[in-house]
Amino acid sequence: MSTIRVLVGTRKGAFVLTADGKRDRWDVSGPHFGGWEIYHLKGSPADPNRLYASQSSSWFGQVIQRSHDGGKTWESAGNKFVYDGVTGTHLWYDGTPHPWGFARVWHLEPSLTDPDTVYAGVEDAALFRSADGGQTWQELPGLRNHASASFWQPGAGGMCLHTILLDPSHPGRMFVAISAAGTFRSDDDGKTWRPVNRGLQSEGIPDPKAEVGHCVHRIAMHRSRPGVLFMQKHWDVMRSDDAGESWREVSGNLPTDFGFPIDVHAHEPETIYVVPIKSDSEHYPPEGKLRVYRSRTGGNEWEALTKGLPQSHCYVNVLRDAMAVDTLDPCGVYFGTSGGQVYASRDAGDSWAPIVRDLPAVVSVEVQTLP
Amino acid sequence: MIRVVLPAHLRTLAGVGGEVKLDVGGSVTLRAVLDALEASYPMLRGTIRDHVTQQRRPFLRFFACEQDLSHEPPDTPLPDAVVKGVEPFLVVGAMAGG
Repeated sequence: MSTIRVLVGTRKGAFVLTADGKRDRWDVSGPHFGGWEIYHLKGSPADPNRLYASQSSSWFGQVIQRSHDGGKTWESAGNKFVYDGVTGTHLWYDGTPHPWGFARVWHLEPSLTDPDTVYAGVEDAALFRSADGGQTWQELPGLRNHASASFWQPGAGGMCLHTILLDPSHPGRMFVAISAAGTFRSDDDGKTWRPVNRGLQSEGIPDPKAEVGHCVHRIAMHRSRPGVLFMQKHWDVMRSDDAGESWREVSGNLPTDFGFPIDVHAHEPETIYVVPIKSDSEHYPPEGKLRVYRSRTGGNEWEALTKGLPQSHCYVNVLRDAMAVDTLDPCGVYFGTSGGQVYASRDAGDSWAPIVRDLPAVVSVEVQTLP
Repeated sequence: MIRVVLPAHLRTLAGVGGEVKLDVGGSVTLRAVLDALEASYPMLRGTIRDHVTQQRRPFLRFFACEQDLSHEPPDTPLPDAVVKGVEPFLVVGAMAGG
């Protein structure tokens, strides 16, 4: 029987939740790295027992941890993230130039084929790669050196590169998303990049349809159709059917189209999930009801999924990297909240139950389906 | 031997239970002690000083013999009591909540 491993990053440590394929009894391991912020941890598709974790602290800076046994034991890897060449400036919150400075790793994306290769999305926004299991890191400077970079500016959480999507069908093609710059695509393994934001409209920037400057919160793809992308923007849920060349809004009947995560069903590439949040200043669900919304039509028509989720007095948030799916049938869907709950659905979202209720605030959730 | 007291989280990261004892050759300065510490415990590189600038991380302080040495130049000799191992050199996390 399969095993499900849920990797949870929180404000005060990492937790590993495991269950068999029934997904009804969970073993909770952790906290690992207690007291440290764990922005993200993720396993290698090529070797699921190889895990990488981003461990950071305002006091002690960045540490990268690596596990060879599925999270039972860990070892520290390299933590030297140095931008390539002379760094310029980006825009600060008040629109003035601000020097680039490394703060932390937001997202780790292991290669689809090589367990020793892993990408890191960092704040201030840049993309790094390690080809030696995280021991050394080299920036892919073509992104940060893009002509638009001096006009990028931070979102409320910092100027972070938070999403990395590797296209399984087109070697060398990858997408990243930056708050607040937008989505970028490379077709040459990260050497050169171009913004792919046509169709986005953001009222918070001087030109709402600008090529860059959009606060993209998350993008997602289904492995079987990597040319189709879904996006949760600061406001608006968007869709692209041409690998980011153009986007159209699919917010449809959502009660609010602000939110952070977006994800795709493991077996139904037109079934997508979001968690609507009331507004950019009210980071909690509308009406105090925690509802996941599912569209089976790739957007526009949405249904509220409420069974098992709190439907009164619930004022938690769900952050951008805190939703994931397993690959069992029916598909499992998982998300974590700022209140420390990790909810799981064994039936593609029809019903939910908490795996744990009282963790530190959840920053990220990843799921591994193990044979 | 130079005695170094680390904050709890760095003791965990370095896998040490208590004080760290270092053999520091030559002049015992702030820089020499931190160089020796990082040579013995490479996982601490970047957690006390910036990798490139070697600047102390802002939320860390260096104390010894009831003195704050945080703002001393890196080649400042440490107090004699630290050099003789009578007193420890303390790396302290700032009381910043969190």
